[in-house]
Amino acid sequence: MSELPSEADVVIVGGGPAGLSAAAELKALGVRSVVVLERDVVLGGVPRHCGHSPYGLREFRRPMLGPAYARALAARAARGGAEIHTSVMVSALHPGPVVAVTSEAGESRIAARAVLLATGIRETPRATRFIGGTKPGGVMVTGALQGLIYGAGMRPFRQPVILGTELVAFSAILTCRHAGIRPRAMVEPDSRVTAWGLSGGLPRLLGIPLRLATDIAAIEGRDRVDAVVLATPKGHERLAADGVVVTGKFRPEAALARGGGLVVDPGTGGPSVDECGRCTEPGYYAAGNLLRPVETAGWCWDEGRAVARAIARDLGGPAAPIGLPVALSGLALKYAVPQRLSGQGDPVFRRMHLRVREAVRGHLGLRINGHEIAGRSISALPERRLFLPLPRPPRSGRVDVVLETR
Amino acid sequence: MLTSERQAGGLYDVAVIGAGVIGCAIARKYAMEGARVVVLEKAADILDGASKGNSAILHTGFDAPPGSVEAACVAAGHAEYMAIRDRLGLPVMRTGALVIAWTDEQEATLPALMAQARENGVDDVRLLTRGETLDREAGLSPSVRASFLVPREYIIDPWSAPLAYLLQAVAHGAVVLRGCAVLGGGFAGDEWTLRLSQGGRDVGADAGAELRARLVINAAGLYGDDVDEALIGLRDFTVRPRKGQFIVYDKPASALARHILLPVPTKITKGVVVCPTAYGNLLVGPTAEDQEEKDRADLVPEALEALRTRGEEILPGLKDHEVTAIYAGLRPATEVKDYCIRHHSDQRYVTVGGIRSTGLSSALGTAAHVFRLTEVAGHSFGAPADLPWPSVPNISEAGLRDWQRPGHGGIVCQCELVTRREIAAALEGPLGARSLAGLKRRTRVTMGRCQGFHCSAPLAEMTRDVFASPMAEPIEMPGHV
Repeated sequence: MSELPSEADVVIVGGGPAGLSAAAELKALGVRSVVVLERDVVLGGVPRHCGHSPYGLREFRRPMLGPAYARALAARAARGGAEIHTSVMVSALHPGPVVAVTSEAGESRIAARAVLLATGIRETPRATRFIGGTKPGGVMVTGALQGLIYGAGMRPFRQPVILGTELVAFSAILTCRHAGIRPRAMVEPDSRVTAWGLSGGLPRLLGIPLRLATDIAAIEGRDRVDAVVLATPKGHERLAADGVVVTGKFRPEAALARGGGLVVDPGTGGPSVDECGRCTEPGYYAAGNLLRPVETAGWCWDEGRAVARAIARDLGGPAAPIGLPVALSGLALKYAVPQRLSGQGDPVFRRMHLRVREAVRGHLGLRINGHEIAGRSISALPERRLFLPLPRPPRSGRVDVVLETR
Repeated sequence: MLTSERQAGGLYDVAVIGAGVIGCAIARKYAMEGARVVVLEKAADILDGASKGNSAILHTGFDAPPGSVEAACVAAGHAEYMAIRDRLGLPVMRTGALVIAWTDEQEATLPALMAQARENGVDDVRLLTRGETLDREAGLSPSVRASFLVPREYIIDPWSAPLAYLLQAVAHGAVVLRGCAVLGGGFAGDEWTLRLSQGGRDVGADAGAELRARLVINAAGLYGDDVDEALIGLRDFTVRPRKGQFIVYDKPASALARHILLPVPTKITKGVVVCPTAYGNLLVGPTAEDQEEKDRADLVPEALEALRTRGEEILPGLKDHEVTAIYAGLRPATEVKDYCIRHHSDQRYVTVGGIRSTGLSSALGTAAHVFRLTEVAGHSFGAPADLPWPSVPNISEAGLRDWQRPGHGGIVCQCELVTRREIAAALEGPLGARSLAGLKRRTRVTMGRCQGFHCSAPLAEMTRDVFASPMAEPIEMPGHV
């Protein structure tokens, strides 16, 4: 590994789809020094351990497996001239911008003209979900399972219970099948499967009982999982199992941003950005799933390129104003990205991107100083994307997104 | 006299039953006094019972019952920890504690609690008005009435401290047998014969699974009453496990509290504490729930939710922060309102039981207390060897950590910044980790916000063939890319 620089035009934190696409784009736009810092040994982010899903249609115009896709993204960024470092961890963000990094060589700092945060997401683990019972080994999120199976060639259990029915839960099932693991059940607290476009048919097709309206009440076992206590509509039921895969409920990996004093939006869990991906501290930008959970790799790749264009344009220019906040009203509205509109430079996000907390019908409107400039009727589910046009912000006054339910 | 018998195989001066924090401190004390010590731990690794889940506070004993053994041991333990911690490489965070009154009734009890503190020798307590309290702790709910400051209540590393004690015992020749339960035993003439489970075959206990000792010290924690009954046929106290559940907030929340925030205690419990941790988090807990079972501490979602609610009542800013770990521990409470330390000198046997929630604070003081009891009764050992002090690796935020030094081989646990080099070191040596929980207690791996998302695979690879219960098994993989 080459030595870390002490200065760069742009430092990109995170070598997943967003970070790598931004690196390639910045080089293509003629930015002199672009440095990518990835804490893992392997580049590529989530796709690097995802040995089965179709990736790359948008980016490479052909279906690829996750690891091959990750390698292709890295190769493209490297070919373009980006300086890529793995096993390098950013430990703190400072004004400047300056990032504190640690690697095998010890601690150092890199001063940059701009820093792009593309630290991605992680699943919500057992602890954060307050799942009761004992704490045996063999309880893990999908990412850990995939790391074990695809990364290390090891199998942590043979008959786990899978919690959740987001897309990633089906990825967990495929990962299990790949390693000869037969899940005992797929468990979903809601009364329907979450993953858009997938019915309950798939798990049944794979021979795995799908248990809707059922949650994990407790985990039993001392060293290893012995059983899972299910809370079903008919009461508690003990199911023998030797592991639990806790899937989904992704959240942005925002601890670094938060620690660096960047404003974090409680709705997305990621940093607050304007229409060009600018964070609330000068010189800091964010892109990819750090902005909100959770979009596809292709989506993040696109977002990385877009924010790269804003960064290239901003380099050497005046600092952007903090901008007007986009105020949300309507309890069912979970978030809107961007959270602020600065009006400086053409927006790189094409649309305002929203999600709701629950299934809801109603009217979604965008108002500037009380006047609706765009709106439509919606019938929305939490897992579906919603969009509004991105307005040019007024010089003063307010911007509101209003959801009136019926 | 006894030192000459050190060469005699299988005969120990002292057998300590249990490698919790108390057993570790007792082993250290006797080994440093020249005794040939064996420590018998039935779990696969040390600190696996009551000592694995506590609030990591080094108490002054300000609220202990005045005149109790507990009060004396906590005070002595605090003093000795502060005297030796530097040489063992152990951290301290000098946070101080605020005992906070939230109601008029609670405020009215503060003077009596302060008088009790002074009676316990903690004479630096100081009453703070509401304004002074908020000046010190701006994130507190404005409904606070008043508080008093206990300046010498500190935060320490709850796992490195006992590990350091036991490592020092090992440096002085102590033998530690893990996975080795005491099944029974008898006292005849002037020595004990202890029957052991199979883990005892590894070292020392060559005649089948038996071992001889001149003095037996029962530091079996939650099983203290059972061990007494099995060995001396006496059950003069009963352990009634008291479960404590805790929630741990992610690192950014630690900025919300500078002190240990204590409630006004009740007769049953010290109540829900909010405090920073040595690992840079913020802790809220424990609950106090009596139960029968000694071998399991279940987490209960409703109780965890109640802790979160209580935490947010104390520090409203917590509502914007994320809980990243949960755990439950068992305190070996008894029907007695003090420690149950009994010396049966005629049988060369000491019970160190009922070390309730103050074991981490009192351990060194309790060890000294036990040693004095047996010394008076005529046990004495050869001149203490003057050996170098072992130093434990720092895993707290109070000092430089391994990731900050070059050549660490890469960071394996990215949330807690644990390096390949320190994991490898924690798996080696006389007290190398034998379970994932044990490795966590030596390095912090998997304790962070991702709970193993990133580090499970490299950990499974590094610990292959090391753990009694492996994290994963190798599989024959078809090529997947």
